Amino acid sequence: MSQPSNLPRWATLWLMPVLNLFAALLVSGLVITLIGEDPVECLQLMINGAFGYPEGIGYTLFYTTSFIFTGLAVAAAFHAGLFNIGGEGQMYLAGLGVTLVCLGLDFLPGWVVIPLALLASMVFGAAWAFIPGYLQAKRGSHIVVTTIMFNFIASALMTWLLVDKLIMPGSQTPATRLFAESAWIPMLHELAANLGIELPQTPLNATFFLALISLVVFYLMVWRSRWGYALRTVGLNEKAARYAGMPVSKVIIVAMCFSGALAGLAAVNELLGSTHRMNLAFTNGIGFVGIAVALMGRNHPFGILLSALLFGALTQGGLDLSFEKPAITHEMIILTQGLIILFCGALENLFQTPLALAFKQMTKR
Amino acid sequence: MAELAIELTGVNKYFGEVHANKNISFAVAKGSIHGIIGENGAGKSTLMSILYGYYQADSGSIRLNGQEVRIRNSHDAIARGIGMVHQHFMLVDTFTVLENIVLGAEQGLALKQSLLAARAHLATLNRDYGLQVDPDAIVGELGVGEQQRVEILKALYRGADVLILDEPTAVLTPQEADDLFRILGLLKAQGKTVLLITHKLREVLDITDAVTVMRAGEIVGNVVTAEVGKEDLADLMVGRKVNLQLDKTPATPGKTVLQVSNLSLTDARGVKLLDDVSFELREGEIVGIAGVSGNGQSELLEILSGMREASAGSVRYNGTELTTLPTREPKAAAYRRLGIAHVPEDRSREGLVKDFSTFENAILGYHDDPAIQRGLLFNRKAIIERCRRFISEFDVRPANAFRRSGLFSGGNQQKVILAREIDSDPQLMLIGQPTRGVDIGAIEFIHKRLMALRNAGKALLLVSVELDEILALSDRIIVMNAGRVSGELPAAQATATELGLLMGGHK
Repeated sequence: MSQPSNLPRWATLWLMPVLNLFAALLVSGLVITLIGEDPVECLQLMINGAFGYPEGIGYTLFYTTSFIFTGLAVAAAFHAGLFNIGGEGQMYLAGLGVTLVCLGLDFLPGWVVIPLALLASMVFGAAWAFIPGYLQAKRGSHIVVTTIMFNFIASALMTWLLVDKLIMPGSQTPATRLFAESAWIPMLHELAANLGIELPQTPLNATFFLALISLVVFYLMVWRSRWGYALRTVGLNEKAARYAGMPVSKVIIVAMCFSGALAGLAAVNELLGSTHRMNLAFTNGIGFVGIAVALMGRNHPFGILLSALLFGALTQGGLDLSFEKPAITHEMIILTQGLIILFCGALENLFQTPLALAFKQMTKR
Repeated sequence: MAELAIELTGVNKYFGEVHANKNISFAVAKGSIHGIIGENGAGKSTLMSILYGYYQADSGSIRLNGQEVRIRNSHDAIARGIGMVHQHFMLVDTFTVLENIVLGAEQGLALKQSLLAARAHLATLNRDYGLQVDPDAIVGELGVGEQQRVEILKALYRGADVLILDEPTAVLTPQEADDLFRILGLLKAQGKTVLLITHKLREVLDITDAVTVMRAGEIVGNVVTAEVGKEDLADLMVGRKVNLQLDKTPATPGKTVLQVSNLSLTDARGVKLLDDVSFELREGEIVGIAGVSGNGQSELLEILSGMREASAGSVRYNGTELTTLPTREPKAAAYRRLGIAHVPEDRSREGLVKDFSTFENAILGYHDDPAIQRGLLFNRKAIIERCRRFISEFDVRPANAFRRSGLFSGGNQQKVILAREIDSDPQLMLIGQPTRGVDIGAIEFIHKRLMALRNAGKALLLVSVELDEILALSDRIIVMNAGRVSGELPAAQATATELGLLMGGHK
């Protein structure tokens, strides 16, 4: 028998995530102290690295862009009751789509190549998510297991393709040739320069606006359309969905495709926005961070925006920090991310009982 | 006054803002059968959970046999001689009766010793209380009535002096219920105290010595059963005058709407869930399907509403064969489009999504309706307006379209579902357990609504495990047993006894 939650809504929505975040930072601080550094100084360096100067902000927002897409991808599947762990693989395959379009067609003008590449990223991402979705809907294969396996398959496939097929002729690094400049998505500092505003040079590009638009479109689709209505019904109560005459298998498959397409757009930000070629490591765990972003953002676009910003800041601030403090390695940043995921995801309700008690004390008085 | 087994004084329990039990004080005499009645959400279950140690009271005291006690958990409760028989049995189907009874009460390391000792003890209990349960039978193979007796044995084996039964007759045929009451009588004769939680007034009047009536978390009456009548209790429970008698004018059935012929359903294991079911349903009549739950009624509703495929047989609706209806969308959607509305048996798991706001549930199944679309998106205003109309027409309380459905009481949830289904102006209404877990005030309202639909010329198929409900509403009654139609008779000629025999398949 579960007791009804005794917490007001605002506390569940706002206070708990903040407390969880605080707890994660506290434990990180403890570890930093253990390796002989000053946690307060480290935190200051990190915040300064992420938000303290224009270039830092640019990088933070660049990372945020990718996290918004992979976060939305996880949320999309989650609303249909599916836990899509495969964002990483879907993004990887989407990268292949982008690359194929660019390698084959980048002699064409940008207004042709870029939309085609965007489309390819979504189609390839969706296709890679379709298979686990189909297996879940029709054969009952658990989506968590299949999407994890599909990450490995994607990784093996891409290694083979990059090493054997797509590698730049005569090169030793497993990467493609540089795409023609027509396929590059305009950088923000370039756009700003056209308007006469001077911004520092960062990889932040126009995909950022696409991410913001996606947040709004996601909200409208999931909460304001009958498509999203069916999606959420299936996710919350499959029996009720069957009662309502919804095609449950179809909803599940389409939800996974939607999810994969969103994850795919993250590849656009990385490939057309920043590196302008594909290399082996371009996904760099972005798909996995999406899980944390969605969990912390409570699968709501507004929450995802905030948590993507948090993880973007962590990534950028963390990089800056490790430049300043050699003792703080990249692994340390991953540890902090892991702790945030642990406290915000797995231990989500850690503070619920004590908080509820505190509220009870306050209301009694 | 006789010695007291249980005495509660000023017990309070809060869940956040909700005051679930307000200043509860009552006493139960030793060796008596004490009824606790009240509408859903009146606080009965919370109160019993406090007695059985699931919850702690926020204030107040509990005395057992004159001694003040604190019951921290169910182990505590059992140690103090309180036993509970839950509405949903807590038994392991694949174990024998004996193993189930010993489960959790084993002594020592070797199971064999415990089983031997238990066997002897069980024989005595079986004899003393006339329970007649075979200790070596596999629980899963027993009937529901017998399983319930196993639960009672379990409690007695653990030395219960006070037995709490939560809605014990919900799953029984009238005959099985009579058996249960006979056993309760024997328990009482042996000095045990029985607490009976129920919402069935007839049972309370038949077998209890005293009754505590609860409403909205408070006790509104402690009465001696012999001194009150059915209407008095109903009025106390609801807090106003209740009209238990339904005005039923003679039916004037029109043309046949639904013709079910030789319908069968076999599950994956080869068990026949429906076996050659045939009947017809006409405009302007209510056909009631009586039966103990689990005898094929649920499956019948599922097939007729398009949620499940039949194995064989035909269903004709206004001359159209439904089982082979060519459609690309799921059948449930296609049937609904043809004018078949469905109030599902399992309200909270099928009829609505608990985590949705009420206005979202107001369109479940009708979410494709063009009237609520605006381009690619929903016309939110139209949906909310529709929901507000439902709320006012069906007196849903609290009247808040944005409140999550799960927070409403069962009766108010049911009103929303009924409003939604009736609003689609169906020709055929399939209704499963319309008043299960619904308070008396709402039952009265729902019954009147259903009657009005019938008088307006709709065809209604009513599935209910409540015989009183079947008798009150139906024009014709079909009885189901083990997936087959075991009898069909006009309601005017049906009696509870006869239906009970048919339900048990004894005829």
